Amino acid sequence: MKLNMPRHQQIYAWLLLFPALALLAAFTHIPMIKTLWRSFTSSGMQNNTGFTLDNYRYLLEDDVFWQVLSNSLWYAAVTVPVSMILALAMALWVNGKIRGRSALRLAYFTPTILPMITVANIWLFFYTPEIGLFNNILGWFGHSGYNWLGDPDLSLFSLMLMTIWKEAGFFMIFYLAALQGISRDFYQAAAIEGSSRWTTLRRITLPLLMPTTLFVLINAFLNAFKLVDHLFILTKGGPNNATNLLLYYIYENAFSFFDAAYASVLTVVLLSILVVLAVFQFGVIERRVHYR
Amino acid sequence: MFNRGKKRMLAVVLSTALSGAAQAKTDLTMYYPVAVGGSLTHVVDSIIADFEKQNPDIDVKAIYAGNYNDARVKALAALQSGQPAQLSVMFSIDVHELMDLDAIIPFDEVATSDEDKTWLNSFYPALMKNGQVKGKTWGIPFQRSTIVMYYNKDMFRAAGLDADHAPKNWDELVDMGKKLTKKDASGQVTQWGAMIPSTGYPYWMFGALTKQNSQVLMNQAGTETYFDKPAVIEALSFWKSLGSEHKIMPEGTIQWGTLRQNFLEQKTAIMWHSTGNLTAVKKSANFDFGVAMLPANKELGSPTGGGNFYLFKKSTPEERQAALKLVKFMTAPEQAAKWSIETGYMGVSPAAYNTDALQRYVKTFPPAAIARDQLEYATAELATHQAGRVRKLLDDAIQATLTNQKSAEDALKHAQQQAERVLKRFE
Repeated sequence: MKLNMPRHQQIYAWLLLFPALALLAAFTHIPMIKTLWRSFTSSGMQNNTGFTLDNYRYLLEDDVFWQVLSNSLWYAAVTVPVSMILALAMALWVNGKIRGRSALRLAYFTPTILPMITVANIWLFFYTPEIGLFNNILGWFGHSGYNWLGDPDLSLFSLMLMTIWKEAGFFMIFYLAALQGISRDFYQAAAIEGSSRWTTLRRITLPLLMPTTLFVLINAFLNAFKLVDHLFILTKGGPNNATNLLLYYIYENAFSFFDAAYASVLTVVLLSILVVLAVFQFGVIERRVHYR
Repeated sequence: MFNRGKKRMLAVVLSTALSGAAQAKTDLTMYYPVAVGGSLTHVVDSIIADFEKQNPDIDVKAIYAGNYNDARVKALAALQSGQPAQLSVMFSIDVHELMDLDAIIPFDEVATSDEDKTWLNSFYPALMKNGQVKGKTWGIPFQRSTIVMYYNKDMFRAAGLDADHAPKNWDELVDMGKKLTKKDASGQVTQWGAMIPSTGYPYWMFGALTKQNSQVLMNQAGTETYFDKPAVIEALSFWKSLGSEHKIMPEGTIQWGTLRQNFLEQKTAIMWHSTGNLTAVKKSANFDFGVAMLPANKELGSPTGGGNFYLFKKSTPEERQAALKLVKFMTAPEQAAKWSIETGYMGVSPAAYNTDALQRYVKTFPPAAIARDQLEYATAELATHQAGRVRKLLDDAIQATLTNQKSAEDALKHAQQQAERVLKRFE
């Protein structure tokens, strides 16, 4: 496609684009390319040791990596849909005409305001077996409680629970805004046609919310891979890597193990996953989204 | 604070303006970590201010850099980007990796006079173990600790035990632990006998158990590990048996971060923890508590922990001399005593404990001396080349055993195999 823009306007356009482009290049694109380059040409903390596939070979043999990868995928696969459904349900609930609506909205939104580190420090004490909130509640019913973070079968689930609690309120805000943007006319028309509540939801509300759903879906998936602050406080990836997630494992390799080369390889893996997700979301799902 | 910054800026401007006439100043930049809470930065600031008063020709910029990991990352990043840094306090167990990165120089190269050599020998030998490699001294002890046993004297009395007799060996720990473990009518435990934390720094706690079983975890050169030795496997089996067999400790892992709160809320009669918690426990405990050395099996023992001073290679001879002067000042008996009283860390030399200040403090608060007394039986903290990776292998093995995923033997043999693979290129 040829742009029929006068020359001075083209320059103007480029000048406007330049600051953002320069920042993106400096802090996103160049580092990405460097990371890819390093993953093939370095070893430990030494750069330019010649082309090698050793780092990738180690990846295939590294049991911890495979566990971390499966943890990350499970973590995303559970937290994303659950927090989105919860967010939608909460949004529908607080969008209705009920008493104390603002207070309720605020209550649902509160977890979002808190920084992840703070949340993790609070939940650490919720989860603690002897003095924690959860086991005390279970204790009222005569249950001896669980070692939430210390039991490898439970610990990843415990992290998911906290993440859902933290994220659902955030996504709710987007749904709430979208719900308020839907014209009342549709609902009035539906009422005249005698449509049931379920049909109204399925045929009017949900389709009109699709652009928001796509947006939230992308953000939720990115967050599921990007947000690991809580691991530093809650489990440090333990017990025995049961809660180790990909980004945290990258941090460990780069800054605890001084292995920048292997950290680069892991970063390439993470980037690939995110690219695949993005392509899938924009390429496949977006085609089915109805924009007004 | 702001005012002081302004004044300092003014001083810098003035001194640069006048430097043509006056003698040249030596600028030092130092990074340091604080692992036990923020207010300690004031203590460091005041020591540095005293130093600058005594040495007007040296300017020190001391930068608080988070925990041990952060401090190392920041100092190394500064060096790589060409920012000056002549010395830093970093994890004592980072020594092999800092050497591998060719970032540090041994103190022997700078401390050459007879007086300097006497100074190098003035510290507790146990605290030097993590700093000495290949016959040279690379790290000088500054903020150092050991693991001690905190116990609830009220609970001891309630269980009919002698409140001044903490368990002296593993058998006593189990026997007393059983008496101290209480259950309610429905069979649920309401009070545990003992807790040893197994998140955060499991390898550190484990270093105590293996030392008590007369086995160290690695060689001094940091090129070999001994994770699969029978005494090590036995130590881990013992740790696990406290929960699975003797039922005096919860099964699964125990959180490092919430253990102190468990102890303060009297959910456990005994906890093993860093001496760094001493002041905090002293301030918050509303019951009678005691501090004792860890129990022995074949012998007494605990690893040391904490941070050492290192000198960076990228520095001029003048800067190195100035840096040495600063390290000497900060580890001198009076400063070490002050540091120890305000933080709970150890005085790093016998002379520090001979100062009036520290002697008086120990008299009013005897637990402050336990860490020092235990030094006699202390060993080095786990430190090897590729330390982070090797440490994690051991941490994973410990947690896999405590959570019943693997037997102690399988887990440790696997960790040893992996460690040998990682360390192969350093032999």
